[in-house]
Amino acid sequence: MPTVSPALTPKLRVRDLNFYYGAFCALRSVNLDIPENKVTAFIGPSGCGKSTLLRTFNRMYALYPEQRAEGEVIMDGENLLTSRTDVALIRAKIGMVFQKPTPFPMTIYENIAFGVRLFERLGRGQMDERVELALTRAALWNEVKDKLHQSGNSLSGGQQQRLCIARSIAIKPEVLLLDEPCSALDPISTGQIEKLIDELKEDYTVVIVTHNMQQAARVSDYTAYMYLGEMIEFGPTDDIFIKPKNKQTEDYITGRFG
Amino acid sequence: MGNPIFRRRRIVNKVMLCISGFAMIFGLFWLAWILITLLHEGFYALHWSLFTEMTPPPGSNGGILNAIAGSLLMATFGTLIGTPVGILAGTYLAEFGRRGWLAPATRFINDILLSAPSIVIGLFVYTIYVAQVRHFSAWAGSIALSLIVIPVVVRTTDDMLKLVPDSLREAAVALGAPSWKMIVFVSYRAAKAGIVTGILLAVARISGETAPLLFTALNNQFFSLNMNGPMANLPVVIFQFAMSPYQDWHRLAWAGAGLVTLAVLALNILARLMFSKKT
Repeated sequence: MPTVSPALTPKLRVRDLNFYYGAFCALRSVNLDIPENKVTAFIGPSGCGKSTLLRTFNRMYALYPEQRAEGEVIMDGENLLTSRTDVALIRAKIGMVFQKPTPFPMTIYENIAFGVRLFERLGRGQMDERVELALTRAALWNEVKDKLHQSGNSLSGGQQQRLCIARSIAIKPEVLLLDEPCSALDPISTGQIEKLIDELKEDYTVVIVTHNMQQAARVSDYTAYMYLGEMIEFGPTDDIFIKPKNKQTEDYITGRFG
Repeated sequence: MGNPIFRRRRIVNKVMLCISGFAMIFGLFWLAWILITLLHEGFYALHWSLFTEMTPPPGSNGGILNAIAGSLLMATFGTLIGTPVGILAGTYLAEFGRRGWLAPATRFINDILLSAPSIVIGLFVYTIYVAQVRHFSAWAGSIALSLIVIPVVVRTTDDMLKLVPDSLREAAVALGAPSWKMIVFVSYRAAKAGIVTGILLAVARISGETAPLLFTALNNQFFSLNMNGPMANLPVVIFQFAMSPYQDWHRLAWAGAGLVTLAVLALNILARLMFSKKT
């Protein structure tokens, strides 16, 4: 399988990764280097394993006993899959935002403070600052600053999704995993999130799974095309979309397949 | 419009609507009759002395204060014992019992307990507790009531937690939350209204149960707050007074029955309000 190492510092290095849902093999010897402070997009038809790959990075699969991963996902010299580090600390470093907005059943303020309190003890003033910082960073502050103590569910879908992003970045992760973050949103909210993703890569390594090829082309620096659990092609987004090396990739990109 | 298929559909629709409408009226008719009789007879017997005096011997005036106090006390302890057990067990079923045989087996047994005749529960507590300590007591009554509370709370907690989407749990875990924080701060909060509703319905259920108290708390002519002795309670007082040949006891039984019904009605309305406010 082709291993692509862009001439950049890799943040996450995936080596010979296999993934199983029970007996079903969903990922086959995937190799990939995810560059630091860039946006990497995973594209491919439904069921190709792009979300599965994303969910191995923060060991989300560990919630479900019948799911298991073999191989290596290396961050800072440590294999996350076998690491003895508390999985909660790994997840603090690798934040995740899901397809459907998932505000917790609490106020907007508490939605963000909840995550922060898991790892830090902050005074009232410091917490206020952290909440404001996170909401500002997620381009939501101006819309919610007067209603921080209203329920997170009172926001629109797009606002909820930005709240979820704010919640993730409030605990200062290094990597941000976005699992189809715009698929439940309208075009305007999608535009806002995409703009946000572009700003976030200054501080974070962003990995996004998307069904929308235009979105991958718009927001990502690198793109990986996956099919049936295999990494077919990975490279700079421009190369993948303009001159893909692989016939399968070309067929998918041009819409002949998928 | 003249299409025969549409005409047929309209006719079938009308007929079915009539049948289900009559079924509803039939059910409501008896319910209304029960309520009206209770309120009428109960209201007739309603008097201040009801809340200030003890159950009298036949032929003299009195109230049912001792029974009201006993019922409140035993329902409170029954709920206090049953609720934590029920919530914890329901949490296990919904949050941890995703696989294996233990959770399905527990759920099945819980469903049996849920529909167990309450007299069986009364006899059970009589055998394992009352017969051992050789006296009736309010504790025995509370334990019997808690055994009725547990399956109701287990069931509603389990059901309500199962309605919490997994995506919410994953979101909490993805932030690095340990399972217990995920359950307490996210799952419980999301299911709070439903769980509280379940508890209220359990309280409503035990406030009218006679059989479990008949063999455990028995009854007491006098006011007593001694949990180790027999204690008066509304259902048993209603049962004994209504079966008696005395007119004034009958009136008190009606009043007690009216009171229990109003309390259950109030609890049910409260439960509905709680649930609709949150969802």
